[in-house]
Amino acid sequence: MTDTMKTAGARAELDATDRALINALQGDFPLSREPFAEVAKRVGLAEAEVIARVRRLLDARVLTRFGPMFQIERIGGAFCLAAMQVPEPDFERVAAAVNAFPEVAHNYRREHALNMWFVLATETPAGIADTAGRIEAATGLPVFRFPKEREYFVEMKLEA
Amino acid sequence: MGEQQGIGTADDVERRIIVATQAGLPLVARPWDEVAASVGIGVDELLARVRSMLDRGVIRRIGAVPNHYAIGYTANGMSVWDIDDARVDAVGEFVGALDGVTHCYRRPRRLPEWPYNLFAMVHGRNRDAVERQIGDIEARIGERFPGACRARDLLFSSAILKKTGLRLGAPG
Repeated sequence: MTDTMKTAGARAELDATDRALINALQGDFPLSREPFAEVAKRVGLAEAEVIARVRRLLDARVLTRFGPMFQIERIGGAFCLAAMQVPEPDFERVAAAVNAFPEVAHNYRREHALNMWFVLATETPAGIADTAGRIEAATGLPVFRFPKEREYFVEMKLEA
Repeated sequence: MGEQQGIGTADDVERRIIVATQAGLPLVARPWDEVAASVGIGVDELLARVRSMLDRGVIRRIGAVPNHYAIGYTANGMSVWDIDDARVDAVGEFVGALDGVTHCYRRPRRLPEWPYNLFAMVHGRNRDAVERQIGDIEARIGERFPGACRARDLLFSSAILKKTGLRLGAPG
């Protein structure tokens, strides 16, 4: 449900160990047989404690994911930022329709006439236009596409 | 590489690695062993493949993806700028290097609705802090690139509606 991720009240109670672990885990997760044991050594916890805390942080949605972040453009896939102007009374319905597409990787409500902003991820460049067309058909609203033309900077971590 | 064909034809093993890990790594002592088993290759080959994907930028990084709100960045501002086309790349490099800017991209305008061609994300502990920072960025652009910025806007997010990340279909 979208309610659980609304901004108000979403701030979790994190202790200093959680914060240190989140910061340590935004770097390079080891490519070794027992990576959690290596992380545990770095942060001074037992391996089982690291795994248990990561599970708890995921369950509490402090972490949205734990794993590789892909740049599928590098192997022929595509990402594209897109936006829609959704009439307020229809917002929940349209959000549900848009989110039902597996190609929608994230979706944010923003305060602007263009009030819904989402990222499409598809296996082919042609899949972006195809998916945008299907979202237009499903919602009856135009989809504005904002493909990345140039990337100047992407931060890899946010300090917790 | 499969720029035209897409991922399915690029490298089947890499596609299977993406499908096996896109929802997240297994939370066990030997996660890569489990991924290797589900991909159907040995763990040494898997680790070599993942290393190669990192080196080539197919994987940006491996680790935790925090919910910004939950770790205290409750103000999430997408600043958007209408920058003279002749100078947008120089301005983009400049803005991307400023403290507090987490992403910075050039994107096409959609006239008449959308005149902005430069997008810069700023995350802060509150909206005032983000607004001050955007004002500061605007002043720095004005100093360094006089007349390049014609307009700007700042769009705060008020809800995360979905944040699953990439989801390719199962091998088919």
